[in-house]
Amino acid sequence: MSLFQFLNFNRRNTAPVARERLQVLLAHERATVGHSDLVGLLREEILAVIAKHVAVDRDRVQVKMEKGEIVSTLEVDIEIPATASLRKAS
Amino acid sequence: MAKVIVVTSGKGGVGKTTSTAALGAALAQRGEKVAVVDFDVGLRNLDLVMGAERRVVYDLINVVQGDAKLAQALIRDKRLDTLFLLPASQTRDKDNLTAEGVATVMDELRQHFDWVVCDSPAGIERGATLAMRHADIAVVVTNPEVSSVRDSDRIIGLLDAKTERAEKGQRIDKHLLLTRYDPIRAERGDMLKVEDVLEILSIPLLGIIPESSDVLRASNLGTPVTLVESAPSSAYRDAARRLAGEAIPITVPGEKRGIFGKLFGRRAA
Repeated sequence: MSLFQFLNFNRRNTAPVARERLQVLLAHERATVGHSDLVGLLREEILAVIAKHVAVDRDRVQVKMEKGEIVSTLEVDIEIPATASLRKAS
Repeated sequence: MAKVIVVTSGKGGVGKTTSTAALGAALAQRGEKVAVVDFDVGLRNLDLVMGAERRVVYDLINVVQGDAKLAQALIRDKRLDTLFLLPASQTRDKDNLTAEGVATVMDELRQHFDWVVCDSPAGIERGATLAMRHADIAVVVTNPEVSSVRDSDRIIGLLDAKTERAEKGQRIDKHLLLTRYDPIRAERGDMLKVEDVLEILSIPLLGIIPESSDVLRASNLGTPVTLVESAPSSAYRDAARRLAGEAIPITVPGEKRGIFGKLFGRRAA
C-alpha cells in the first residue's frame, strides 16, 4: 500500500459504511429470524381456513417464503385429494 | 413491588456489569432499596466491580437450591445502606440455575426491594434468557460499533419473544444505553453516531455514556462509577433518574464544547 493510499484510507469516513452495512445486514437477519415464526403462523391459519371447507391432510400442505432483494413471495401448496368431500359452509 | 430491570447486550465486554453497578448505585443513592443480581454463573464479576468480592458467602445458586436463605446471600453495600448484591456462583455449574428456582427468587426479591437490577451474561443462551425472563424493563447496552449493534438487535428480538411479559402479550420497556461513546470520533465520521444507532435499533435512548478512563479507574477500585464525580458518572446518574420516571433531557457528550474544547479535543470528552 502506497503512502498516498494509506492517507486516503485514513481520511475516508468509515462510520457511514458501518451504518449502511448494518442496515442491509439487519434487514436480512430480522427477516430470517422473524419469518421463521411467520411461516409457521401462516401455515396454521391457512390450514384452519381450508379445513373449514375441505378435509385436507396436514402433511400435504407446504408453505414457503422466498426472500428476494425487493419483494418476497409466499408459496402455498395445498394438495386436495379428489375424494375430499366439500364441507357445508355453516 | 419492585421494578425488575435486565441489563443485557448479547455481545460481551460492552459494559453490562459496569452499567449494572452504576445504575444500581445511582438508584440506591436516591434512597430507594436496590438489589443487583449477577446472572453470570461461572464468570461472576459484579462482586468485583462493586468491591464486594471478599464478602461473598452464599450465592444465587445456593438460594435457588434452597441451601441458603435469600437474606443470607444478599450482601449489603458498605457505602450505600439501601444497595444489596446477590452474587452469582463462581464454581457451580450453570445448569443448576433452573427456571422455577429463578422465578421463586425473583418473586421474593420483588417483595423486598424497589428495584431489582439483573446483570445478564453475554450471549443468547439460557443464562441470558433467564436473566431477562422476569424483567419489566430492559436496558440494552450497546457500543457504537458494528458487532455490538448487530448483537443488540438480536437481543431486542429475544426480549420481544422470550420474556414473561412478551409471552403474556404485555409490553417490555426497552431502552438503549450507548456506552463508550466518543463524540470526537463520531464527529470525525470514524464512529457511528448516536442517531445512527438509534435509527438502526429503533428503541428509545436512556443515556449516552462517554468513553472515559474514569470507568476503568472505578472498576480498579471496586467502586460503582456513579459514586465518584466524573462525566460518565453524571451520565449514568441521569440515566437512573430517567428509569425512575424523571424527564431529564439527554445531552450528547461533548456537544457543548466551545472552541477551546475543540482545540484540545480529547481531554474534554
